Amino acid sequence: MTFDVARIRKDFPILERTVRDGQPLIYLDSANTSQKPRQVLDTLADFYERHNANIHRATHQLGEEATAAYEGARATAAGFIGAAEPAEVVFTKNVSEAINLVAYSMGNASATGQRGRFALGPGDEIVITEMEHHSNIVPWQLLCQRTGATLRWFGVTPEGRLDTSNIDGLITERTKLVAFAHQSNVLGTINPVRAIADRAHAAGALVLVDAAQSVPHMPVDVAALGVDFLGFTSHKMCGPTGIGVLWGRRELLEEMPPFLGGGEMIEDVRMERSTFAPPPHKFEAGTMPIAEAPTLAAAIGYLGEIGLPAIREYEHGLIAHALEALREIDGLRILGPAEPVDRGAAISFTVDGVHPHDMSQVLDERGIAVRAGHHCAWPLHRAMGVQASTRASFYLYNMHEEADALAEGIREAQRFFGAGGR
Amino acid sequence: MRLESLYQEIILDHYRHPHHSGLREPFDAEVRHVNPVCGDEVTLRVTLKDSDAGPVVADVSYDALGCSISQASASVLADLLIGRTVTEGMKVNDEFLALMQSQGEGEPDEDVLGDAVAFAGVSKYPARIKCALLAWMAWKDATAQAMGGREPA
Repeated sequence: MTFDVARIRKDFPILERTVRDGQPLIYLDSANTSQKPRQVLDTLADFYERHNANIHRATHQLGEEATAAYEGARATAAGFIGAAEPAEVVFTKNVSEAINLVAYSMGNASATGQRGRFALGPGDEIVITEMEHHSNIVPWQLLCQRTGATLRWFGVTPEGRLDTSNIDGLITERTKLVAFAHQSNVLGTINPVRAIADRAHAAGALVLVDAAQSVPHMPVDVAALGVDFLGFTSHKMCGPTGIGVLWGRRELLEEMPPFLGGGEMIEDVRMERSTFAPPPHKFEAGTMPIAEAPTLAAAIGYLGEIGLPAIREYEHGLIAHALEALREIDGLRILGPAEPVDRGAAISFTVDGVHPHDMSQVLDERGIAVRAGHHCAWPLHRAMGVQASTRASFYLYNMHEEADALAEGIREAQRFFGAGGR
Repeated sequence: MRLESLYQEIILDHYRHPHHSGLREPFDAEVRHVNPVCGDEVTLRVTLKDSDAGPVVADVSYDALGCSISQASASVLADLLIGRTVTEGMKVNDEFLALMQSQGEGEPDEDVLGDAVAFAGVSKYPARIKCALLAWMAWKDATAQAMGGREPA
């Protein structure tokens, strides 16, 4: 099947609406959250209209159906990323919660005197990168504060690639865990996961990958990446908000202490102490985003039908076109790789004389939705020597003409804020 | 075009040629305020002097990094508040805050707000209100610190 963007666009009802006084919506903020196709929206409505019940505890037909839908979604998600078995997939709220789950579990292992690879103390080190979203920085800072461990990080090169020149100095026998993004949410840079993971494993460290920005756009296989934990989130991949995935290797999830306590995650509860369910349920306390799970599975099905390789190929052409259009604009600086090599569908940039907030305002006036600010990656912006940037992020439903409209909108902002301002 | 109603010429003028910009000595209090949404920041200094009518804002100086709205807002603030008593300044501050919270329905009093009436259009854009308020919040904070235990009048 050839990739037909016009046909794909028809699946997304929101792309038909207008904004700001009748202008067609040009949605270039998918790295923030993606739009949802009809097939996904219908699945959510169908669950609530026909199968709604709580899971794992209702002894009636609806309960059985809801449980089957929820656990079926786990199997779908596991298959999607090449997990060895569904039990390796823990549903979370989002990637932030997935990362916090690992961090707090390690904190709990440390506090309860558990020995082994999850317990941390002074002298131990966590390694992250300067390229991370705040959600892959702050949980580790907090963990280090709680345990006395030390946080270290990779820097970035001026071109916006990970600076791995010091990898042997950073990843040592003191390293307990290395956590980094598969793809930068700001720069679009795709990092060499396998090489870093192999180095980390050689040093005896665990590896966690934030795949929030990669899983929606390209085939991702946890076995091929050779990592221990990987997080991704539904709402950036045509699915609903409120649900994400932590994938972890089975033996690790078994060894880890729980994060959140509550219903469903227990084996036996007595007033003095409790024992816990095996993974993944050990990490799923309380009523989960039940309807969102089969809806995420529908999104996975939708992307799978089009094909992640086809999506990746289409976006590659789209990004090449957008980069070319932006490079022609005087005074525009692209943060991150300027060529479409090992880079994904997010393009952040600055324009001399026009603050990103003002840029996004002018673009919004033309119906173009982008994001302005530091995109939850403040340290990265400081490293790149800028206070803030404008980010245009593309997805399978975006067209080459929309990249052209972006370039024209940027020129309009330059005219508006340039000499004379009109 | 709606853009012109947001970016009034007065705002663009202050943005391009900010008044009272640059940190000055002496000062009684200095604060740094940040908008965590976009990273905009302002460092602002306030100097007070005593008068028969109570403490007076002798000087406001600042170093602002940010968008046109936040930069112009700092410039207009300094123009408006330098030379006023703290009591008057707080009234202007309250009036400006009310205008920003008016969701485009406010009828600003030009006698009180001067050039700051140009920001009325900002109140229609929820994402930009914090930009306009950044310097004002910083001024209120710095002034409270500079006042110490003093009574405003």
